[in-house]
Amino acid sequence: MKTFEFIRPADSGAAIATAAQARTAQQGADVRFVAGGTTLIDLMKLNVETPGRLLDINRLPLDKIEATAEGGLKIGATVRNSDLANHPTVKRDYAVLSQAILAGASAQLRNMATTAGNLLQRTRCAYFRDTAMPCNKREPGSGCPAITGSNRTLAVLGASEHCIATNPSDMCVAMAALEATIHVQGPKGVRAIPIADFHLLPGNTPHRETVLEPGDLITHVTLPAPIRGSKQLYLKLRDRASYEFALASAAVVITVAGENVTRARIALGGVGTKPWRSSEAEGALVGQRASGANFRRAAEAAMRDARPQSHNGFKIELAKRCLAHALQVAVAT
Amino acid sequence: MPITLRINGKEHNLRIDPRATLLDCIRESVALTGTKKGCDHGQCGACTVHVNGRRVSSCLSLALMHDGQEITTIEGLGTPDTLHPMQAAFLAHDGYQCGYCTSGQIMSAVALLKEPCGPSDADVKELMSGNICRCGAYQKIVAAIQDVRKHV
Repeated sequence: MKTFEFIRPADSGAAIATAAQARTAQQGADVRFVAGGTTLIDLMKLNVETPGRLLDINRLPLDKIEATAEGGLKIGATVRNSDLANHPTVKRDYAVLSQAILAGASAQLRNMATTAGNLLQRTRCAYFRDTAMPCNKREPGSGCPAITGSNRTLAVLGASEHCIATNPSDMCVAMAALEATIHVQGPKGVRAIPIADFHLLPGNTPHRETVLEPGDLITHVTLPAPIRGSKQLYLKLRDRASYEFALASAAVVITVAGENVTRARIALGGVGTKPWRSSEAEGALVGQRASGANFRRAAEAAMRDARPQSHNGFKIELAKRCLAHALQVAVAT
Repeated sequence: MPITLRINGKEHNLRIDPRATLLDCIRESVALTGTKKGCDHGQCGACTVHVNGRRVSSCLSLALMHDGQEITTIEGLGTPDTLHPMQAAFLAHDGYQCGYCTSGQIMSAVALLKEPCGPSDADVKELMSGNICRCGAYQKIVAAIQDVRKHV
């Protein structure tokens, strides 16, 4: 691991002022915030991340879960994943979020990992994690060996000729279906970013993964008021039953009145280069009868633009079955 | 950098490299070697310790992030004469073979007792999935944990 200066900023203002001196907030950032450390310390050991300054934000007052005036929920940046998943309001009103978090990592890691850290979780692509290999995300312009190499776990949606890395987060998939908003405080003030706009597609700049700029500190995430009468479910399919990243996952928030779907919010994990909100699946469902045939049609719509690589074509059918089954189970509860 | 770690109720004033993980600090600077280094990347659970009563992977945390916090390692759980009930249960159920993962398994299992966990073996397996046992003693580990949950 490259050495660094360890700093514990007195308040958010000091943290932001120091981080604003960085050249970038993306891959290769020379200043990093650290909270849980489960991604960052791991990548620093691999020399994939080499910050010169590390800002420990664990003692800043960003660790609360509170109700919002609009009837929603405000989740602090350093709330631990385990505390968020087991919070009574989250379990009752945002069950899909609780289920998604508990489907990821291990109990130890969930006790460490934070809301903001999970939003910034990095891909598990083996080429990204190995500095002996080229990788456009880690070293722009060096190439993508995954496209001709080992790509069984990589993305079928949102990929480019420069990068096919999968976003590994479960939490973000549930937050996409819940239409969360990410609140950032930066050198120029505060701003609120819908989660759909927070992560970037790789395009020809895969080293840019989010809209964050130097000095931007995620302070909290807000969830809108829960949808009365909605059914929620997170279904995750993977190579083993626990402690594994998704091959395909689905977060569904669906409302059925009488026989028909009146509202649907759908997001997919394990298949996209970012947490994959599917307006195609939502559009295919609303106004239609809540039936197995229509759930399958929605799943077909969700994966219409999917493009397989040499080893991951199975993910397209897997994701369809995952979503159709998730919808079926959700409406039956 | 200077740091004060409270490990098993005892204060240690140390000077450490900022890169030192909590794991390396516990093993190398404080010489408590019951906590094991397995994968060193948060994937195996051998390094599990408690920080302020909660289980964490000490290999993915910098020691400096835990200045002043209460850390418990396997050495702080029981002694050979007065075993923690979980240690006794692992002995009684033969919940290990080579023993390398055992301290992490026991630290995880003790933390699990205070976490929301359903009653079934499957619930225990799910919450113990962060601790890998290459010898494959899983059945006996689950039996030991269930024994303690029923009787303590």
